[in-house]
Amino acid sequence: MITLQHIYVVGGLFFAAVAFLSALDASNRRRLRNGVFWGLLAASFLSGAYLGNFGNGVLALGLVIVATLGLGEGKPVTTTPEQRRKDARRRGDLLFLPALIIPAVALAGTLIAKQTAWGPLLIDPAQATLISLVLGVLIALGAAMMWLKPPLLAPLQEGRRLLDAVGWAAILPQMLASLGAVFLAAGVGEQVGRLFADYIPLDTPTLAVSAYCIGMALFTIIMGNAFAAFPVMTAAVGLPIIVQHFGGDAARVCAIGMLAGFCGTLMTPMAANFNVVPANLLDLPDRKAALNGVIRAQIPTAIPLLIANIVLMRLLAFPA
Amino acid sequence: MLVLLGIGVVVLGFVVRANPLLVVMAAALTTGLAAAWTPAADLQTMSGAALATIASFGKAFNDNRYVSVVWLVLAAIGLLERAGLQERARMTIARVKAATVGRLIWVYFIIRQSAAAVGLTSLGGHAQMVRPLVAPMAEGAAEAQYGALPDRERFLIRAHSAAADNIALFFGEDIFIAIASILLIKGFLETNGIVVEPFELSIWAIPTALAALLIHSARLWLLDRRLKRTFGARKAP
Repeated sequence: MITLQHIYVVGGLFFAAVAFLSALDASNRRRLRNGVFWGLLAASFLSGAYLGNFGNGVLALGLVIVATLGLGEGKPVTTTPEQRRKDARRRGDLLFLPALIIPAVALAGTLIAKQTAWGPLLIDPAQATLISLVLGVLIALGAAMMWLKPPLLAPLQEGRRLLDAVGWAAILPQMLASLGAVFLAAGVGEQVGRLFADYIPLDTPTLAVSAYCIGMALFTIIMGNAFAAFPVMTAAVGLPIIVQHFGGDAARVCAIGMLAGFCGTLMTPMAANFNVVPANLLDLPDRKAALNGVIRAQIPTAIPLLIANIVLMRLLAFPA
Repeated sequence: MLVLLGIGVVVLGFVVRANPLLVVMAAALTTGLAAAWTPAADLQTMSGAALATIASFGKAFNDNRYVSVVWLVLAAIGLLERAGLQERARMTIARVKAATVGRLIWVYFIIRQSAAAVGLTSLGGHAQMVRPLVAPMAEGAAEAQYGALPDRERFLIRAHSAAADNIALFFGEDIFIAIASILLIKGFLETNGIVVEPFELSIWAIPTALAALLIHSARLWLLDRRLKRTFGARKAP
């Protein structure tokens, strides 16, 4: 059976290769820093299980220090725009096929692992989608290598080119999840809930619903993740006030409340994987700004949608 | 109350534009220290608390490695880009005469949102779809219609391609019953003594999904209008 542990080995080897190739890239003034950064991530993937909690913490601290000093961007040798246009004309629409293999295998693998009797023998059903996604990448890579016949190192070098474009933002989601765990252990959620309940007027269902939805969005903007905001705001306002005091339906309140938090995700650079990573990947000139182009394109949808969520919760959550 | 200092550190880090990784680590240490602090605490207690915080951060960091596995996709996408994937996407879309930027992104939005609603959240994403396909196609549509693009409009179109991916995903995925956020809600309610089925939750994601579709469709229509106004009657050579 393929488990997450095997996937970590594949990921670790990829990051290790990126680290090694980064360190050798003479075109990058900061090649050693890039080498150390991706090397530490490789170490985490390959040996995180043996480092112990404190060891992993020091490793994370190392990643933070290198990222704060500043990473460079490697310039692996790749094809020119002219060559690419020629290749695109020659290969035709078949070029899309390997890219579509990845989601197709991710889907098929998930279904096989969860719906068939023999699937769990192949793929750990608990992590089916992630494992299948990586299998899809490997199959797509194999197909593309056989068909396109690029130099052997090309997938690693091209992967490094894109990974350097993403930069340190690649590990921000993982870091935020870890911060969430520290917050949970220290009881931050309970404290925020108490503050909110003490200082915001929640005298009518409309006020309470507005406070809950706007609070979800605001806390998500700070934390970069609606999953962190949800338990805090729901324990503070959603359950005690809207559900228990005003008689709202718990399932409807929570379902719409979570989506109000997602409106916050659209407006924050802390949600790096959604808002910063694409700005980097698309070479937006303002990608380092707090409100980059992606976030500015999203705000005019996020705010009306937050209002829509407040109206919907007010109308739907109190069945007569 | 002191543990709230960690949130203050996040906000402060934002304001002074510090590296977000540094901000996260500083917030974690601040929170751990604040939780351990008492007026009687001596240096030894506090340094012990700092070490314990680093250890609990490290445990969570290790447990959450799966979040960063997705970057493997970049090896496959990069390899295809090397062979002209983005260029091909531009050529393909330029052949479709009816394609405008807004309509093209709208079609992607519909596909992304419906796919997410049936659990196919991996059918899309910034590295897999937006950079290699959607953004070049949208730029190609604009170029076919108006000729060479100034930077301002080119980056606006790219930003809108990424925005459509996010919005369609967020307000589609909760319709599917086995998605993380639905399971989180179910788990949270259960610890509070309320048992709900995932289906009861996901059905109430549909009204917001429709609202998102309506609002964002209008925005994409406005985007087309804006591009048309900017370029006037200018035609592709």
